[in-house]
Amino acid sequence: MLRVDVSKRLGEFAIEASFANEGRVTGLFGASGAGKTSLINMIAGLLRPDRGVIAIDGETLDDTSTRRHVAAHRRRIGYVFQDARLFPHLDVRGNLDYGRRMNRLAEDGVLWRRVTELLDIGDLLDRRPGKLSGGERQRVALGRALLSQPRLLLLDEPLGSLDEERKEEILPYLVRLRDEAGIPMVYVSHDPSEMRQLASQIAIIRRGRVTAFGGVEVLPATLVQV
Amino acid sequence: MFDISPTEWTAILLSLRVATVATLVATPLGVAVGWLLARREFWGKALLDAAIHLPLVLPPVVTGYLLLLTFGRRGVVGAWLADHLGLVFAFRWTGAALACGIMSFPLLVRPIRLSIEAVDRRLEQAAATLGAAPWQVFLTVTLPLALPGVLAGMVLGFAKALGEFGATITFVSNIPGETQTISSAIYALIQTPDGDAAAMRLVVVSVLISMAALVGSEWFARRALKRLHGS
Repeated sequence: MLRVDVSKRLGEFAIEASFANEGRVTGLFGASGAGKTSLINMIAGLLRPDRGVIAIDGETLDDTSTRRHVAAHRRRIGYVFQDARLFPHLDVRGNLDYGRRMNRLAEDGVLWRRVTELLDIGDLLDRRPGKLSGGERQRVALGRALLSQPRLLLLDEPLGSLDEERKEEILPYLVRLRDEAGIPMVYVSHDPSEMRQLASQIAIIRRGRVTAFGGVEVLPATLVQV
Repeated sequence: MFDISPTEWTAILLSLRVATVATLVATPLGVAVGWLLARREFWGKALLDAAIHLPLVLPPVVTGYLLLLTFGRRGVVGAWLADHLGLVFAFRWTGAALACGIMSFPLLVRPIRLSIEAVDRRLEQAAATLGAAPWQVFLTVTLPLALPGVLAGMVLGFAKALGEFGATITFVSNIPGETQTISSAIYALIQTPDGDAAAMRLVVVSVLISMAALVGSEWFARRALKRLHGS
């Protein structure tokens, strides 16, 4: 379970958000500039809240009242960025193996096979990120995050930089991920149809605040599309 | 004409040794300072930056004299190092290396700093979310991506160290076999009658070494770039 209750000032903009989730996939839905990315950067530990608490499975990651702040690299929270952020100097294999090496985990052939098969990236292992298509890059980024064996996976508009066709290519992988990987996820998007397909609980974010929280029914009706 | 005498060989080998040692010792320090200047905000940053660049603008004789005052046998640091570590700089080749290292430091640091600044911080963030501690991020992401700049800095520093003259001759004088580098040997030769031919040989040698260093660095940089971004 993830519990977030934070506030943060960023210039003129203020984030004041509170939600807790039990479901497999929590969607953070809102227009760009609503503060979604800042919010998950706080969950990841890349941004420090001015005030508040972030806890996961009973472990407090941030608590400003006791000045507790667990550094990003100790949180075991995977992060898939909109822009993939693969390491250009490593091939796909090196990228995928990075988290395992940094966490000094034992090699796990079963997990490796499962993830590379789940994402169909087994044929890309010797390639450099520069030689991958946008969709392939995003799949490798997903695999890289999964193989670091996180307890929570943050996805920040993972389809945001892809065209419609590529989105359709990746979306099934995300659905499989949700159903097979067994890792809770926080999924950020401004696309209601992605939310509908993936999220079990949705927080609507508007100007830095959570204005609604619940099932898919909280998505704005005017934006309904199939 | 191309009969290089033993004295000349001594000067050439000494120059190479001085410049190599100066560059190898200065590089880790240059990487640390370059990283500090590129990635950290701290009190006195502008001062550190200025202090590093000082040898670039000070007359080399002044730098050499300051070194003599500080690292000479009676200098505060020099006396301590001689007593406690047995490390003597004054009138030794090690002093030449120190002078060359300090004179070339600004040229070494600059490309390193710029290349570290150019490393995408978002990649460093990604590494942190994958479990890499700050020192691991530095060793596995920042440094490899900044490698072309580090190599460029090393070559520039080496070239400068090879040609350093003013601070070196002021600090450690011009002792054949101990502190007489190519530069100071040429200087001594053109002051002596009949030294022209020997001086010319050393001039040719220094041009060759410099050319080799530049060509070598270009080759290294290209290989590093290829390795970083895939062929």
